Amino acid sequence: MTTATTPEADSTAVQPPRPNRRRAFSAATPSIRATMIKIVSLGLLDALAFYAAFVLTFNSEWVLAGGVVVTAVVINVIYLKRGWLPAKYLIPGTIFLLIFQVYAIVYSGYVAFTNYGDGHIGSKESAIEALIDKSLVRVPESPAYGLVIVERLGQLSFLVTDPEGEALLGSDEQPLRPVADAEFAGDRAIAVDGYTTLDFSEMIADQTRIAAMSVPLTDDPNDGALRTPDGSQAFVYAATMQYDENADTFVDIATGTVYEDTGEGAFVGPDGTELMPGWKIDVGLQNFIDAFTEESIRQPLLAVMIWTFVFAGFSVAATFAVGVFLAVMLNDERLKFRRTFRVLAILPYAFPVFLSAIIWSGMLNPEYGIINQVLFGGADIPWLTDPMLAKVSILTVSLWLGYPYMFLVATGALQSIPHEYVEAARVDGASPWAIFRHVKLPLLMVSMAPLLIASFAFNFNNFNLIYLLTRGGPQDITTDMNVGATDILITLVYKVAFGETGGRDFGLASAFSIIIFVMVAIISVVSFRRTKALEELN
Amino acid sequence: MHTDTQLATSNLTAVNPRNHPSARTRAQPSQSRRTTLGLVGKYAVAIATSLIAIFPILYIVSASLNPNGSLAGSAGLFSQLSLENYLDLFDDPAQPFGAWFVNTLIIGIVTAAGTVMLGGLAAYSFSRMRFTGRRFGLLTILLVQMFPQLLAVIAIFLLMKGIGDIFPALGLNTHAGLIVVYLGGALGVNTYLMYGFFNTVPTSIDEAAKLDGAGHARIFFTIILRLSAPVLAVVGLLSFIGTVNEFVIASVLLTDPSKKTLAVGLYQFISQETSANWPVFAAGAVIAALPVVLLFFALQKYIVGGLTAGAVK
Repeated sequence: MTTATTPEADSTAVQPPRPNRRRAFSAATPSIRATMIKIVSLGLLDALAFYAAFVLTFNSEWVLAGGVVVTAVVINVIYLKRGWLPAKYLIPGTIFLLIFQVYAIVYSGYVAFTNYGDGHIGSKESAIEALIDKSLVRVPESPAYGLVIVERLGQLSFLVTDPEGEALLGSDEQPLRPVADAEFAGDRAIAVDGYTTLDFSEMIADQTRIAAMSVPLTDDPNDGALRTPDGSQAFVYAATMQYDENADTFVDIATGTVYEDTGEGAFVGPDGTELMPGWKIDVGLQNFIDAFTEESIRQPLLAVMIWTFVFAGFSVAATFAVGVFLAVMLNDERLKFRRTFRVLAILPYAFPVFLSAIIWSGMLNPEYGIINQVLFGGADIPWLTDPMLAKVSILTVSLWLGYPYMFLVATGALQSIPHEYVEAARVDGASPWAIFRHVKLPLLMVSMAPLLIASFAFNFNNFNLIYLLTRGGPQDITTDMNVGATDILITLVYKVAFGETGGRDFGLASAFSIIIFVMVAIISVVSFRRTKALEELN
Repeated sequence: MHTDTQLATSNLTAVNPRNHPSARTRAQPSQSRRTTLGLVGKYAVAIATSLIAIFPILYIVSASLNPNGSLAGSAGLFSQLSLENYLDLFDDPAQPFGAWFVNTLIIGIVTAAGTVMLGGLAAYSFSRMRFTGRRFGLLTILLVQMFPQLLAVIAIFLLMKGIGDIFPALGLNTHAGLIVVYLGGALGVNTYLMYGFFNTVPTSIDEAAKLDGAGHARIFFTIILRLSAPVLAVVGLLSFIGTVNEFVIASVLLTDPSKKTLAVGLYQFISQETSANWPVFAAGAVIAALPVVLLFFALQKYIVGGLTAGAVK
């Protein structure tokens, strides 16, 4: 992957007496131990890769299995081959980076173009099976089948005796088939070779699984299935929804309603009702189009976007201003207890953020919080429940959390400003403010600009502060969406994807993350260009 | 509370008038009075800041020692002192605080060690070797930090679900799974910090070791890493703090109550019943914060050095 012009290759050139420096490298003192470690780790890795490839092949995941094999081979080659030294050092971190960051982001991109979410998880085939299964009702007056539950390799099956006295065996996946060698007690089959019959206590232990079983009568799921209410008798259940394979439609037998696959990942009736579960399909740009055109999403999304920028922008500006101000104030040697003041001032930075956010939410609690109770003498100020005040609270807490970092960095940067500059300005008669404004601040900006950009990007996605302080609330009641006045984009993504209310919509949430991704990318590219921070890299 | 600082600001600008010509024509005595006033103003700022900074922390310590069982009763600072909440904290199997604490320590320490190791290896190659793609690699690392993993939390959830089908030990609801996800963020700003520090270790030391027959691995492990102990401490600590604070991915991947981390566990505990659970939460918060705060101040010198080195560079 890389051509190596490594320092030691250079030194080979300067040192003719030793013909092969690299060999001397690997043959250095702990060579046996090092080689052992290398072989053992590669062996472990290969064993894992082999196992993963085996399981993936077994599940017919050919592409992934191939990927695992190729990756394992590449790693082995890199570590067993001499040279390619940079690759040896870069591979471990890069693999984690590729899988859990790069691949994850690319995969988010893919999910954004699907309807993945609650009700749209599996394939169309499994959705059809699930729909038939869901619509099963007991056929009235149907005969009872004698039943025992049998088990093999953890798999449960029904061993039933049909009304004619014939023994049949079947499971969820395997339709009923006659068994010849069943063992009978009276006219009831009670055991069959190769299977263990469950006793009463075992049936009790497994009762939820047993109650969920439905054993198809034939290969065609429309024919109905056997289910059991009590574990000793089974009844014929027939589907009220019939799947017509040729027309690719579902028909409700009771009402005659026809549900069609209209290409939206579900069977849809003439009145627009969707049968759930549906299945996962690619929807193209639909999620993005919805986000920007559908009124119920666009309105809140726009508000959230604006607030995200306000929040991030204000947080950076305020923490920077306060941090620099404090750094200037406390940078005076005549100040006694300067050290103590500094330690106290950076305390909020040392305290875990998630705890600070929760503590502030308690302190700002309108009814019991110490701020209302003590500082405002028992007032009832709705710090976290009024949309406007909640925003103010968030910004204040954000300032409390963030100024110590700016203070630390600004202190360091101030101290590195050459004393002569300040002295020269003073001799010229500049006031302290002028010195700060025209000498110190420009120099500070040079070193702090990249950090301000990074801080903006961080606050843009400052999930912890928002979610742990207000949960994005107070809830916006003018829309059906689960969104609140202080939600920023990333908390919205979390709520849409994993929210407790409403269905989880991975597709839409991923589309939102892609929007964040693009925004952050544009902001950072533009601003890094302007600060020329990247040009210093060589 | 914010107004304190602003008041102090306006005082100070009043003391330092912008029209300096008139200031210059003033007599010497007013100059010294001005600086004294300035110093008083600085004391005011320092004291106000310290109070604002420490108030929430004092409050939570006080609430943790107050046995009155709710948020409402915790208003008077240090009005009552008892360890009852601390005992209750470890007494309820519904909220296994001890397990959360241990989980967080394990996940944090392993992730920090892994981050130092993976980042150090990469930083060594960037610092000491010249190869095609080196500049690209450094740029990538600088840019990757702009896109935190929580942006891809949905994909990570689905990915770990898939991995769990093959390796149950790495799937959802496992600490190992969470750690490998966190290690995906190991190459980032931390690597950049280490890269900068490694560059300050003179290459002549490497050359000397090479002449003595040391291999590249030996130089890395026994010389570079040893000489870079301060930056390793900083990176380890920053990674540890980051992991302790991480909420989104942990909350999505860990569902079993006894497997949760402090951030997820304590948040869910407090959101169930905020007021009634507050005193016990306060005790939990104090214990949870203690190791982080102690570590931070023990390594404060290095952290400040690391942060400013990154800034001034």
